[in-house]
Amino acid sequence: MEFSEILNVYLLPTAIIVAQIFAIIVPLLIAVAYLTYFERKVIASIQLRKGPNVVGPFGLFQPLADGAKLFIKETILPAGANKILFAMAPMLTFILSLIAWAVIPFDVGMVLSDINVGILYLFAISSLGVYGVIMAGWASNSKYAFLGALRSAAQMVSYEVSIGFVIITVLLCVGSLNLSAIVEAQKTIWFAIPLLPMFVIFFVSALAETNRAPFDLPEGESELVAGYFVEYSSMTFALFFLGEYANMILMSGMTAVLFLGGWLPPIDIAPFNWIPGPIWFFLKISLILFCFLWVRATFPRYRYDQLMRLGWKVFLPFSLAWVVITAGVLVAFDIVPTPLSG
Amino acid sequence: MNILQNSTKALLLSELIGGMYLTLKYFFKPKVTINYPYEKGPLSPRFRGEHALRRYPNGEERCIACKLCEAICPAQAITIEAEPRSDGSRRTTRYDIDMTKCIYCGFCQEACPVDAIVEGPNYEFAAETREELFYNKEKLLANGDRWETEIANNLSIDAPYR
Amino acid sequence: MVQALAFYAFAFVTIAAGVMVVSSRNPVHSVLYLILAFFNAAGLFVLIGAEFIAMILVVVYVGAVAVLFLFVVMMLDINFVELRQGFMQYLPIGALLGLILLVELFFVIGIWSLTEERGVLATVVPSQTLTNTHALGNVLYTKYVYLFQAAGLILLIAMIGAIVLTLRSRPGVRKQRIADQLARKPEEVLDIVKVNEGEGV
Repeated sequence: MEFSEILNVYLLPTAIIVAQIFAIIVPLLIAVAYLTYFERKVIASIQLRKGPNVVGPFGLFQPLADGAKLFIKETILPAGANKILFAMAPMLTFILSLIAWAVIPFDVGMVLSDINVGILYLFAISSLGVYGVIMAGWASNSKYAFLGALRSAAQMVSYEVSIGFVIITVLLCVGSLNLSAIVEAQKTIWFAIPLLPMFVIFFVSALAETNRAPFDLPEGESELVAGYFVEYSSMTFALFFLGEYANMILMSGMTAVLFLGGWLPPIDIAPFNWIPGPIWFFLKISLILFCFLWVRATFPRYRYDQLMRLGWKVFLPFSLAWVVITAGVLVAFDIVPTPLSG
Repeated sequence: MNILQNSTKALLLSELIGGMYLTLKYFFKPKVTINYPYEKGPLSPRFRGEHALRRYPNGEERCIACKLCEAICPAQAITIEAEPRSDGSRRTTRYDIDMTKCIYCGFCQEACPVDAIVEGPNYEFAAETREELFYNKEKLLANGDRWETEIANNLSIDAPYR
Repeated sequence: MVQALAFYAFAFVTIAAGVMVVSSRNPVHSVLYLILAFFNAAGLFVLIGAEFIAMILVVVYVGAVAVLFLFVVMMLDINFVELRQGFMQYLPIGALLGLILLVELFFVIGIWSLTEERGVLATVVPSQTLTNTHALGNVLYTKYVYLFQAAGLILLIAMIGAIVLTLRSRPGVRKQRIADQLARKPEEVLDIVKVNEGEGV
């Protein structure tokens, strides 16, 4: 094989893909860092405080300072821990929260991998997130970590079921599993309006799926210290932290794609459609993230049995019923979307 | 009717939305935090902070080594040794307060018959080592000289209630 | 070439993980290797163009079933050394079962390789116009609709059976009735009394 052939067939595409990956991951990591800053600022504001304002102008360098602090701390491996799994768990959480971004469309055609089963891929990756938690809890060889992991695993598996039904409802209205097609199907109206109850259920389930307040039982500090990452310190802790916040952004991105029309402007008229798609997508994600933080500052934590009741006895029947209703309406009025090819 | 009303309320999440609205209102309210090292909150004249030994206006130290403060101190943080001075007046040769033991109850200043030991308005005396918090007589007298204006002012404000 | 490399990588890891499932001493490690095997099997499905099945494999097996496996294995403190004590005793039965399975596998492969239709089946390429999901749906809801419904019915019965087996209502247990709690109103249950000094309630 000629060298130029190798270059053109293998190296060049690889280089392009790597560049694309970096173009997604670097802004994502910066967004994660500043999400922690905005979380502190928003919650502080709601509690009539000011939040971080010392490091840099308006405290803008706070995430960097926090990162530097975590970076120079000592990594502690507990004596009784299963070393390999203990080290693998945070990496798994972090990697899983990043690889899901491969299928998120930022604009028409602006997606790393435009696969046909995009939404299933996202669902699969988010359902894998539970392994990082459960491995961390088990490998730590600590009661608190283990209890936190068990809680988290049960919680995530329970809420995944209703997320699945919500996704099916959206799919019924689209007729495709491709994320770009899902966004394109919302040209006339965002699904958040006709499917409002599903939107609410999806948002609440996303809170539970990412272990956010009011469903942050796995890390309920009042009874479990910090839940599954009690034993983690330094960079391993930082990876969990980054993974968790990246997951929050991912779930917001999913909400934006499924219900808020992804990169589409709210109304397709002059001043709105001048703004490029990625900016709209960013604004929508920011809005949902603000709701995440807002909810955290508003509601007290659920009790565990209440959490399970909400998941299995309220959301599951409700979303199941809504799938049937949506399917029924689509067939009755003969508006079943035609399968898009490709 | 009641059931209908309740279930509509539950389905529309009215209470959750009400809570969210309340927090959103607070989100836009002016913040109450003060920018601490540059701004400070108001202090009562009775505030019990760092200890100080006061002097009379002529420079003579007030303490007469009656040891009432040592006796009343519930944390036993005060240690006093005394003997007559060359002019025959009774003075302390040693007056130590272990600030790590002190509970800032203010009994010492209540007990003092001559207003010598007082707890001043200073609360920013954190130190990097434990030893720096074992105050001796020089340190306490220096505190007294440094904070005399504030202490005297506070005492005069509080005097009507004593 | 890249496809072949990916195939061998996935296949090798699948088999290695499968071996580790049965040979590792720690049951939790076994389950984790099982998950790895599932995952690589999903990779193999992607390679043959069956992305829907690959994703469903990950969602169902890795995302739900294996989590419950892991859950149970972690909670139960299984002593595998004790379990292996009767190993020699059960070896003949185990070997027999393994042999039967092996023979069955041979039959399956043998019959498949002898049938005339093999060439036809092997050349069925994924449709260019129809996505994987649509193709599967078309077959599942037309040709195999009765079998599909029967499978669903069996699963439903299994679910109901599991609930019946574990549901028990003990007498004398005070349960939280959330609907009642939510239906309470402050005016119905709260009396605000103005108590005068020295009179008591």
